[in-house]
Amino acid sequence: MVDITSAGAPTRKPFVMRYPSVAIFLAILSLFTICVTVLGEGFGIGVVSTSFIKTLGKTLCLCLAALAMDLVWGYTGILSLGHMAFFGIGGYAIGMWLMYARTEVIVRESLSAAALPPTPQEISDGIATQIFGVVGASEFPPVWALAHSLPLQMAAIVIVPGLLALVFGWLAFRSRVTGVYLSILTQAMTLALSLYLFQNDSGLRGNNGLSGLQNLPGLEAVPQSQISILFFWASALALGLGYLLCAWVVSGKFGSVMRAIRDDESRVRFLGYSVEAYKLFVFSFTAVICGIAGALYYPQAGIINPAEVAPIASIYLAVWVAIGGRGRLYGAVIGAAFVSLLSTWFTGGQAPDVSLGFFTIQWVDWWTILLGLSFVAVTLFAPKGIGGLIDRFTEHRSPERHGADLGPDAGALREKEALE
Amino acid sequence: MLFMIQRALLLLIILMAPTLVSAQSADAPIQLILQSHSEAIVKSSRKTIGPAIDALAQSGLPEAQVVLERWQAKEMWVNKESGLFVFAVKANGGLQTFDVSDNSETGIADKKTFKQLKPNSGIRSMIAAALVQFQLNDPIPENRQTALTAIERDAQPSHLIALRGSLEGEEDPAIRLRKTRLERLLTIRFDEDEAARISAIEGFDGDLSVEVRAALNPLIATEIQVGEVVPEGSIPVEVGSDELTESQAYSFLVENELAPATVSPQAVKETLIANIEGTAVAGIQVATLDDVAARETAYKLLAQQGLADPLVTNAQKAAEIEKHQFFRTYVGASLPVALAAQAALDNIETQVALNRTADLILDALSLGSIYFLAAIGLAITFGVMGVINMAHGEFIMMGAYTGYVVQLFIPDFTISILVAIPSAFLVTFSAGVAMERLVIRWLYHRPLETLLATFGVSIALQQLAKNIFGTQARPLTAPAWLDGSFVINDIVSISYIRIAIFVLALIFLALFLFVMNRTRMGLEVRAVTQNPRMAASMGINPDKINMLTFGFGSGIAGIAGVAIGLYAKVTSEMGSDYIVQSFMTVVVGGVGNIWGTLLGATMVGTLQKGIEWLNPSNTLAAQTYMILFIILFIQFRPRGIIALKGRAAEV
Repeated sequence: MVDITSAGAPTRKPFVMRYPSVAIFLAILSLFTICVTVLGEGFGIGVVSTSFIKTLGKTLCLCLAALAMDLVWGYTGILSLGHMAFFGIGGYAIGMWLMYARTEVIVRESLSAAALPPTPQEISDGIATQIFGVVGASEFPPVWALAHSLPLQMAAIVIVPGLLALVFGWLAFRSRVTGVYLSILTQAMTLALSLYLFQNDSGLRGNNGLSGLQNLPGLEAVPQSQISILFFWASALALGLGYLLCAWVVSGKFGSVMRAIRDDESRVRFLGYSVEAYKLFVFSFTAVICGIAGALYYPQAGIINPAEVAPIASIYLAVWVAIGGRGRLYGAVIGAAFVSLLSTWFTGGQAPDVSLGFFTIQWVDWWTILLGLSFVAVTLFAPKGIGGLIDRFTEHRSPERHGADLGPDAGALREKEALE
Repeated sequence: MLFMIQRALLLLIILMAPTLVSAQSADAPIQLILQSHSEAIVKSSRKTIGPAIDALAQSGLPEAQVVLERWQAKEMWVNKESGLFVFAVKANGGLQTFDVSDNSETGIADKKTFKQLKPNSGIRSMIAAALVQFQLNDPIPENRQTALTAIERDAQPSHLIALRGSLEGEEDPAIRLRKTRLERLLTIRFDEDEAARISAIEGFDGDLSVEVRAALNPLIATEIQVGEVVPEGSIPVEVGSDELTESQAYSFLVENELAPATVSPQAVKETLIANIEGTAVAGIQVATLDDVAARETAYKLLAQQGLADPLVTNAQKAAEIEKHQFFRTYVGASLPVALAAQAALDNIETQVALNRTADLILDALSLGSIYFLAAIGLAITFGVMGVINMAHGEFIMMGAYTGYVVQLFIPDFTISILVAIPSAFLVTFSAGVAMERLVIRWLYHRPLETLLATFGVSIALQQLAKNIFGTQARPLTAPAWLDGSFVINDIVSISYIRIAIFVLALIFLALFLFVMNRTRMGLEVRAVTQNPRMAASMGINPDKINMLTFGFGSGIAGIAGVAIGLYAKVTSEMGSDYIVQSFMTVVVGGVGNIWGTLLGATMVGTLQKGIEWLNPSNTLAAQTYMILFIILFIQFRPRGIIALKGRAAEV
């Protein structure tokens, strides 16, 4: 990390050299992927169960979402409480195709026994009845118009969250809604979306959500143990690429402007930068990443329902990033992986009960309390989260400013150029 | 045949009357009526009993009422030998019998010679309906009221005459009024005379009650009919309009056998399947029949061979429809009556719409006051102090649970509510003070961190409540004097709980204004929020003031929790249901101004009720659209309805 004045000078070292954490992260991720493949049931020796591999794959997707959250919050200072909504939208987009295609296979099979070959209309009616019978409808709502096509739904994974973020962000940023107001506004957006999805006539099966997503149409013959590994690879690849992309975005001049917006927005504006355009780009870009993460997550989870989009999910995303440490990409990944795996362990009933003599703490009930309180503790006592531990071993230290505040986000990792 | 035998038997009994043990007056008129329907009465079947009850009810005999009553009470028995009916009650192993004509005791008889009549519930209700007309003249006013209620519930044409008969002698003015009104309603429904019906209809002009609309609505029922010409008094219906689409019109023709039936795709498919020969239908390979056009071609080939009914083409359909006239005809009543009813209903509908609007406004105000209650604590902590407290909803929940716990110990609901309100304030005040001391004071001027930390507290508190009280909803019962509704008319009404919440919201508003503008503490709070250093140099302890202010805001949230708990169920998630709306209320209203919060709450409430009215039975959609609207609203007034201006806005 050479000081910014020499940026563009011919002596500039290669990207990987300037950011060794990227190479380290990618190496660890590849090693982890290889280990899991070898230990898994699908292609390896079968020490690790398929369900745990799915959990690991899902965790990688959550890490990717946390990466996006770090970009938008840790680097740009926008505490968005709506990014899990984009994650959910991505899941819904892929889920619609999965459910459509899977049901189509079943319907075609059952109609093939009929005396006449089925017309396209009959197949479509059959699928609609299968999918929407549970909400008392038998016709495809308009949002399913593209569900038959995998490429179009794949495009929707990127376009719908991106467009939603673009419109919402444009509305919010142009009227200079910032800080906590923006957080509350994004939370309201998430709440509106989840309430909308909870309705039966939203066209997405109301609170039943989409289910059976783990069955990939056309791959019925492949066992789940192998599919889980394939998805794990895809998730690892997405996380690796996402990390690389995010690291590239936050490096260089663009990244400097992002951090500057976080630390003093009006000063950046007075310097002539279009703050709104930068924020809008980051907001939409991260929404797209979240959409992709969601599209990889839900086929592994098997089911998506509106509760997944509820505001609480987005707040958990912020919690992970805060616990991991903001403004450092690896911090978000560590936080998401650490907290979500710990959470799975505690709520899965695997953690041993703690007997206090007069009272037994059952972690299924008490884990959320522990999480909430430790979150308060992290905010109060260790604003840098787990990343702060890593700082002790590396050269990064906060600049000593004799008590004066550098900007609104004391927790985020500061650049060395801020050193005096 | 049996009847003849019975008549003969009856004659025999009458001849032998003096020799019988029980001195029943077999030739009393009422007994004769009973005897003439004896078969039906003994058989006791709902289907055949009607004439018997009618004969009794319309006999004009005063004793008919007693007969019906005792029959209904299963106290009528029939003599197995003579077939005569008596009243009887079991006594001392035998039967104490009474004469049906004058209810006089006729001595003890052997139970074995009599058979008890046991009318089933269907028959008993028919008897009850017949009894109504006797009860209309009952000397006890309560019985007359009961009879009127019975008629209102299930009116019969026969009641009209009875009602009219009883009007003359009615002395109680209130009952007389009720009877008159009911008589008018029954006239509308059952009178044969059109002029009387029309005048009755016109008499109800502008009446808002549900019964009037219920009486009028069947009269204006219409039905689409088809014919060569449109008859007088019917409304022609355009084919192709929303009222009657072309396919509906054609299927209507088919139903009336005025046009050949269409062949549905399903029928085409079945016919094709029925005519499969080997791998082909009419020479076309089955495998190619996978779209509608191919199937129709094959079907037409079949039709040409005479193996199927011909398809009806669209041109044929249009021609058939062209030939006929479609019109709407009143089927509920004759034309003049229907038109009068229509006119009266139109007028009533206007009145109803006006009253509905009034009701909607009341509902909106009531919802607004709930939002205001939920938000007023936030108006202090967020609006005045600028502290984002995501656990505010959990303070509301704590207040509600405090109310629930108090009710566990104090069973009297009035006292328990009076105890619950201060204890809820105390509990949440202490919780607020504790939270301010432990968490928030370290995070002043770091709003994002405050948001996250208080959110951590929020999820911990929510889970704690879940662990203590379980996931099921707990009741918080309102005292009896808050039950029921304040009814203005059949459309406009508001429950007393909502009125109480409205009043409570006003009290809180007054309290807030008083504390902030008229007390020393309010002055100090304002001083500390505007400039803590300056305030400190004036001898105010900012730490203490911040702590007390935050405690005060939280305490009000606790009281709001009790009020909301009375109106909704108490669950561990009730706080999170209100938190986003509460913040919205404060933000929309304008941060730092209580009048803004009031306006914001009214706006949010009105908006939600308005959207619910546009799209009934869908509260979820209403909330969705409301939030979207607020997001858009903030575009145009980012600082809320009442924006602070100048230096105060920068604080």
